[in-house]
Amino acid sequence: MKSENRSQSKQGKKSEPVELTGSEILVQALIDEGVDTIFGYPGGAVIGIYDVFYRTPKIKHILVRHEQGATHAADGYARVTGKPGVVMVTSGPGATNTVTGISNAHMDSIPIVVFTGQVPSPMIGNDAFQEADIIGITRPITKHSYLVKDVNQLARIVHEAFHIATTGRPGPVLIDLPKDILVNKTSYKKITQLDIRGYSPTYKGHAQQITKAANMINNAIRPLIYAGGGVISGNAAEELRELAIKGNIPVTTTLLGLGAFPEDSPLSLGMLGMHGTWYANMAITECDVLLAIGARFDDRITGKLETFSKKSKKIHIDIDPSCIAKNVPVNIPIVGHAKETLPQLTARIHKLENKEWLETIAQWKKEHPLKYKMSDQVILPQYVVEKIAEVSKRKAIVVTDVGQNQMWSAQFYGFRHPRTLLSSGGLGTMGYGLPAAIGASIGKPDQIVFCITGDGGFQMNIQELATAVKYKVPVKVALLNNGYLGMVRQWQELFFGARYSATVLKDGNPDFIKVVEGFGGIGIRVVDPKDVVPALKESLKIKDKPVVMEFMVAPEEKVFPMVPAGASLFEMLEE
Amino acid sequence: MKHTLSVLFQNRFNAIPRMAGLFSGRGYSIDSISFGQGEEPGLTRATITTQGDKQIIEQIAKQLHKLVDVIKVIDLTYEPYVERELALIKVSSSPSTRAEIMQVTDIFRAKIIDISAKTLTIEVTGKEDKVNAAIGMLEQFGIREIARTGSVALKREYQGVIQSSS
Repeated sequence: MKSENRSQSKQGKKSEPVELTGSEILVQALIDEGVDTIFGYPGGAVIGIYDVFYRTPKIKHILVRHEQGATHAADGYARVTGKPGVVMVTSGPGATNTVTGISNAHMDSIPIVVFTGQVPSPMIGNDAFQEADIIGITRPITKHSYLVKDVNQLARIVHEAFHIATTGRPGPVLIDLPKDILVNKTSYKKITQLDIRGYSPTYKGHAQQITKAANMINNAIRPLIYAGGGVISGNAAEELRELAIKGNIPVTTTLLGLGAFPEDSPLSLGMLGMHGTWYANMAITECDVLLAIGARFDDRITGKLETFSKKSKKIHIDIDPSCIAKNVPVNIPIVGHAKETLPQLTARIHKLENKEWLETIAQWKKEHPLKYKMSDQVILPQYVVEKIAEVSKRKAIVVTDVGQNQMWSAQFYGFRHPRTLLSSGGLGTMGYGLPAAIGASIGKPDQIVFCITGDGGFQMNIQELATAVKYKVPVKVALLNNGYLGMVRQWQELFFGARYSATVLKDGNPDFIKVVEGFGGIGIRVVDPKDVVPALKESLKIKDKPVVMEFMVAPEEKVFPMVPAGASLFEMLEE
Repeated sequence: MKHTLSVLFQNRFNAIPRMAGLFSGRGYSIDSISFGQGEEPGLTRATITTQGDKQIIEQIAKQLHKLVDVIKVIDLTYEPYVERELALIKVSSSPSTRAEIMQVTDIFRAKIIDISAKTLTIEVTGKEDKVNAAIGMLEQFGIREIARTGSVALKREYQGVIQSSS
C-alpha cells in the first residue's frame, strides 16, 4: 500500500486555503482521520491544542487521572472498536508516563497514536523545563515515531501516523509536537495521497506457498490450528471458523487469540501454553501438522523450545515476516494478512479423515478437564469467572488485569466472540485492567464491560475510578481479592519453599469499598459464595457509574495446569 | 560468521538511531557500520558488517526491513560483491624511518596525504584484511591515531566472461 487515495472530498471543488495554527491543523487532521474520541491529560506544551478541543464539539476528550491510564484506555478502545486509539499528553512527565502503555500496545500489536507535547524547537536539547527526549525513550517500543519540525509537514505526518499504526502489523506510533510548531500558521490542505516508500505490508499470501500449505494440511493425520491475536486484529475469526470446520481441524488459541474461535465448538481446545489446557498442550505436542496463524511462538506458548511440538511440520501465516521462524523453525512460511490468506487456504483444503485424532482429543478432554474444587464456605475465583460468563450470557467484554485473575478469566469464561477479551499479553502490565475497561466501555457504550482484576493490579491504576465516575462509565469491576500478589505467591509456594517475600498485600490493602465510594462509585463486598450471583446481577442494573464487586476469594488458590518456567509443555503440574 | 548487509533507506528523522538501536535492543553485534548518501537525494545506504549464524542474520535482515524508512536490505555475503574500506593512519616518523614508511606505503598502494616533522599520515583503501595488514606493517614505526570508515560494499555486476557483442 505504497500510495492510497485517501481523498473523501468532492472532485473539482477547490477549497480556499485558510491560514490555521498548528494546533488547529492537528485537530482538523484528526477529524479528517475520523477520530472522535481522545484520551489525554493537558499541560503547558499542549495547552494550545486543548484550546482548540474546547471549541471542537466533534472530538470528545476523555480526561484521565494519569497518562498511563490514557494509553491503556486508548488501547482498550482500539481493541474493542478496531479503530486506532488516540492519546494526547504534555511534554516531559506527561510523555514519560505514557511509556508503559505504549510498550504494552507495541507488544500486543495494538494501533494507538500518541501525541506528546514538546518544548519549543529552539529549546530542544537544552534540558528545558518539562523536556524529555520521548522520541529516544520510546524508540524501541514504537512502530514508528515523528518529531514535527515544520508546521507544513504536520498534516501529512498525522495521516502517515494513522496509516502506519493501523496497517500491516498494527502498533503504536508517536508524534512529538514542539510548542512553536503548534503556534505557527500555514494553510491547511487535506492530504489525499501518502507515499511511504519503505512501507508496503504484504496482505495476500503467496499462491505457491498456499498450495504447498494446503497439500501439507490435506495429508495431515493429526492437524492442529494454533491461532493468535492476529486473527482478531485482522478481523478474521469468521475466516478461521470456515477453515477449521471445512477441514475438520481442531483449534487452540493463545491468550490474545481467545474469542477468535468459539470455545463451545467441539473443535475448540481453549488456550494453550503455560496455563493452557492439558489437552491443548498435549495436542500441540502430538500433532503432525501445525498451522500457526497470527501468532508468534512466544515463550509462554512454547515452553522449552527444544521439545516444542517436535512431531509436527509447521506452517506459519503472519503479516510480520520477522515473526516467522524467529523462535521455531517453520517448513512453510506465508507472509500475509489472516483475512486475505485464510480464504485462499480454505479453498484448497478438503475435509480430513482424522476421526482417530479427534477421538484422542475428546478422550484427553474427558480425562483432564479444567477444574477446581468447589466450596460453599469460601468463594473460589474460578467460580466468579464462570458466573460472570453466565449472567452476561457471554456477551460482555471482559478486560483482565495481569496474573492469576487473568489466567482464570482465560480458562473459565469460555469466549465465543472476537474482541470480547482484552488482556495485556506480551508485556503483562499490572494496572492495565481498569483503564483499558474504561476505554472499552467508551468505545462500545452499548456493551457490558467487566473488568476482572486483583487487589494488586487494581491499585496500580485505581485513580481511573475518577475517570469512570466523571464520564458515567458503567464498568463492572470484579475484584478478586486474595490479599496477595497471587501469581508470584503461587510461584513462591511451588518453587521457593513458600517464602512469601514481598507478596503479602492484605495487611496494607485499603478498605476497597470505602475507596470506591469515596470516588463516587458503588462498592459491593461479597464474602459468601451464595452472594456471588446476586451481586453480579445487581451490578448489571447500574448504568451510570462504575461498580466494584470485591470478592473475598480463597487466598491460596492456584492456577492449574501449569508448565513450570523452562519445562516442556507436556510436563504440566495439575491440581 | 561475518555478514555484510547493504541497507538502502530514506534518511528521515530518527532513521539512523532506529537502525542502530535495533542492534543494541535485540542484542545483535555490529562490527562496523557506515552511512553515506545513496543514488538519489534523500536516500542513504548503510553498509553493516555483523556476526551471527544464518538464523540470526535472517532475523537482523527482517528486523531492518521492518523499519518504516528502510527500502531494501541485501545480505551480500552469499553473492559476489566488492567491498572497500578507507583508513587514515598517522604514524610517527623521523628522517631515519621516513624512507622505509614510504616503501611500505607503496607496497600497499597507499598514499601519504600529510607530513610533519614527526609524523606521516597515510591513506589506505582496500578490503578489511588489506587495511589490517597495512596497519600491522606500520605498527613498528609507532601508530599515533587511526580513523577507519568501516566497509562499504556493493553487489558485483560482472560475473564471468564478458560475452562478445559482435
